[in-house]
Amino acid sequence: MDSLKGYANNILYINLRTGKTKTEPLGEEMARKFLGGAGFGIKMITDYQRPTTDAFDSENPIVFSCGTFCGMMVPGSASKWGVAAKSPQSQGLGESYSTGFFGAELRRAGYDIVMVTGKAERPSYLYLEDDSVQILDASHLWGKHNWDTEDAIKSDLGDPGVRVASIGPAGENLVRFSAIINDRLRAAGRTGMGAVMGSKNLKAVAVRGFNDVEVADIDGFKELALEIYEKSRGPATEKYRGLGTAANVLTLNKQAAIPTRNWQDAVFEKADKISGEALNEMYVEKIQGCDSCGMRCEHVGVVREGPFKGAIGRVEYEPTYAFGSCTGVDRPDAIIRAVQLSDLYGTDALSTGVVVAFAMEAYEKGIITKKDTGGIELEFGNAEGMCDMIKKIALREDIGDLLAEGVERAAAKLGKGSEKFAMHIKGVEMTGYDVRGLKTCALGYAVSRRGADHQRHGAYGPDLKGTVDRFKAEKGRGELVMDGEDLYSVIDSLIICKFSRGIWDYDSYAKMYTLATGIPMTAEEMRRCGERISNLAKIYNLREGIGREKDTLPIRCMTDPIKSGIAKGSLVTQEELDLLLDDYYETRGWSKEGIPSETKLKELGLENYTEHLKGLRGTDTKKKTTKKD
Amino acid sequence: MAKVNKFVSCDPDLCTGCTVCEYACSLEKDGVFNPIRSRIRAVRVYPSGNLAIACRMCEDAPCVIACPRDALQQSEKDGHIIVDEDKCNGCGWCVEACDFGAITVGPNRIAIVCDLCDDEPECIEVCPVEALSLQSRETAARKSRINSTVSRILAAEASEVDK
Ligand code: SF4
Ligand code: SF4
Ligand code: SF4
Repeated sequence: MDSLKGYANNILYINLRTGKTKTEPLGEEMARKFLGGAGFGIKMITDYQRPTTDAFDSENPIVFSCGTFCGMMVPGSASKWGVAAKSPQSQGLGESYSTGFFGAELRRAGYDIVMVTGKAERPSYLYLEDDSVQILDASHLWGKHNWDTEDAIKSDLGDPGVRVASIGPAGENLVRFSAIINDRLRAAGRTGMGAVMGSKNLKAVAVRGFNDVEVADIDGFKELALEIYEKSRGPATEKYRGLGTAANVLTLNKQAAIPTRNWQDAVFEKADKISGEALNEMYVEKIQGCDSCGMRCEHVGVVREGPFKGAIGRVEYEPTYAFGSCTGVDRPDAIIRAVQLSDLYGTDALSTGVVVAFAMEAYEKGIITKKDTGGIELEFGNAEGMCDMIKKIALREDIGDLLAEGVERAAAKLGKGSEKFAMHIKGVEMTGYDVRGLKTCALGYAVSRRGADHQRHGAYGPDLKGTVDRFKAEKGRGELVMDGEDLYSVIDSLIICKFSRGIWDYDSYAKMYTLATGIPMTAEEMRRCGERISNLAKIYNLREGIGREKDTLPIRCMTDPIKSGIAKGSLVTQEELDLLLDDYYETRGWSKEGIPSETKLKELGLENYTEHLKGLRGTDTKKKTTKKD
Repeated sequence: MAKVNKFVSCDPDLCTGCTVCEYACSLEKDGVFNPIRSRIRAVRVYPSGNLAIACRMCEDAPCVIACPRDALQQSEKDGHIIVDEDKCNGCGWCVEACDFGAITVGPNRIAIVCDLCDDEPECIEVCPVEALSLQSRETAARKSRINSTVSRILAAEASEVDK
């Protein structure tokens, strides 16, 4: 397989229970059909996980994978890595992506995929240094937060060049929305991958690599890379260099699309105070980049005075929504502190904010009291209370123990109508686009394979750009969502920074792929890869019991209309959702229940997976969605 | 007339720590991507300190003096360090002598150090934020003089306004 360039052409399998490890070549077929990142992760868990294993079952595999261009000079791509496993939140597909410097090191260590199964007898961490694979004792690291863990591992190994992806106390305590943190400010946040590591007693993965990364066509590669670097300094990425995604605060507020006080509204009257403009001017000390990035977007916020003095955290739109408008907190310094606490304790900042907002609403409604919160007056807008709750959740103290289960499970336990304001899809807390007035986006969220998420499809784009009437549910939206999903499946497999999506197209993806790997690839084949990966993800979810009835929206989005702003009165009815789902499934070539047809599988070269769908097909008539009103 | 050496200098205010310069240098010199083959190395000090470091072309270069095998020599023309690959055995005394970590022993067990790419520094060419430039100590000092003077004048003006 000497012709396979770019890739390390190596899969590493580690069983923490037996301590056994083995490697196997990646092979050209795997490379060509699944690309990297998302493709690899989804393929590996589908193939190696026993159907319907519990997320915390010790044999549940967790898969770390490199993006295709890890370790290469490709804008916003060299350090991208992904992680996949059954999600402790949805019990369906868990996947998450991060960047920083970890991914490039993993590729240089000589791996494309690292799959870990089994549970270590005691706290352990992995150390991969080229061919050497060690499972080392992590007893002294257990309980330590992420930044200390990274420092301690570097100093234990005596090498500041080691890159570390670790979990904090939240992951150890199986908080269901735990993140994996690398390079301090970078998180594989969503779907609880940190908790899966915790359930395996796996504190961290540390890597160091000295291998060369070679590309197939050096001159051609360099030329295209430089062309894209040039573009990455141009207008298409300007937003991310300037205010960053936090610019969305005011934009979405004006559109009545910024979920506020646990989605009771979609306009935040104090948006000015937490706007990207305010954050940039007062707190951002530096805008820096990840490995190989030509754009730079990492807005490092530092708090210099006040009650949150000393806080350091990345400024982005999503955490600003979660710890700002969603909790009704109007203090940027508190938001930066909350982001830092999430990084330190290792929770998904997005989910954490929504969980705290849920608790705030439950508190205001008297469903939980000061006794439950350990004395915190948990009203909307209480900045210090919010920060204290993050710690309580990570450490599972007081009500934090229940909240650590996520809003779906917490609401099921609390009852008293709290299910009606538990903002999640498939058990994964909502991200910051108010889908009630963004109907293409609503469909994207409902069908998103990893639960509530704007990052599987980008379907807010057509709504907010005005390409379509955002308040209308109609045929044709299925195609928009499908195109977005397939494109994002490619982006998350090559793992190219989403912020640079504006400077690439299928042609340039395919071209860069061929120049790097030597495997011929066309734009159409690349798009097919996206479709294949999207379909395999669906097959995995169906096999794990996630079907049409879970492709839905939070109850609030379907019953409580937006109260103010230009989207006032909007919501998504069950009827509208059914129309959108039917259209989407049909466009995908799936049955009414969302089951890929045999023809579709054949077309995509996924016929081996037919057996996973046996027993699901032909149930179409029985499982019709029931109308609620 | 005294010769003034120029070297690849990085502005820490601009540098984003992206390591594109590392990728480009190793590709230029060895045709592969590997930071340990790069003659310039980016450093990040958390949370936000970034600087890329290449050879400073020292006067009386300490690395040259430290080499026990006389494998290093300094170019008369531009002051870059010339490594005699036959003599160098990768012992690393030069590494210890350099205060900047600008010279290292590469994977072939031979010292590697910036040679200014025949006057067309690849790293300067690719840096996405133009943080790199060829500087001499004289230009660097001049810039500092101007900057510090400007900030002093601004501070004085500001305190006038306060009165
Ligand atoms: S390429 Fe430029 S910005 Fe990036 S690390 Fe090198 S000097 Fe810094
Ligand atoms: S390698 Fe280091 S010691 Fe030698 S000339 Fe360059 S900066 Fe000076
Ligand atoms: S000038 Fe050339 S040799 Fe020196 S650091 Fe830059 S790319 Fe490398």
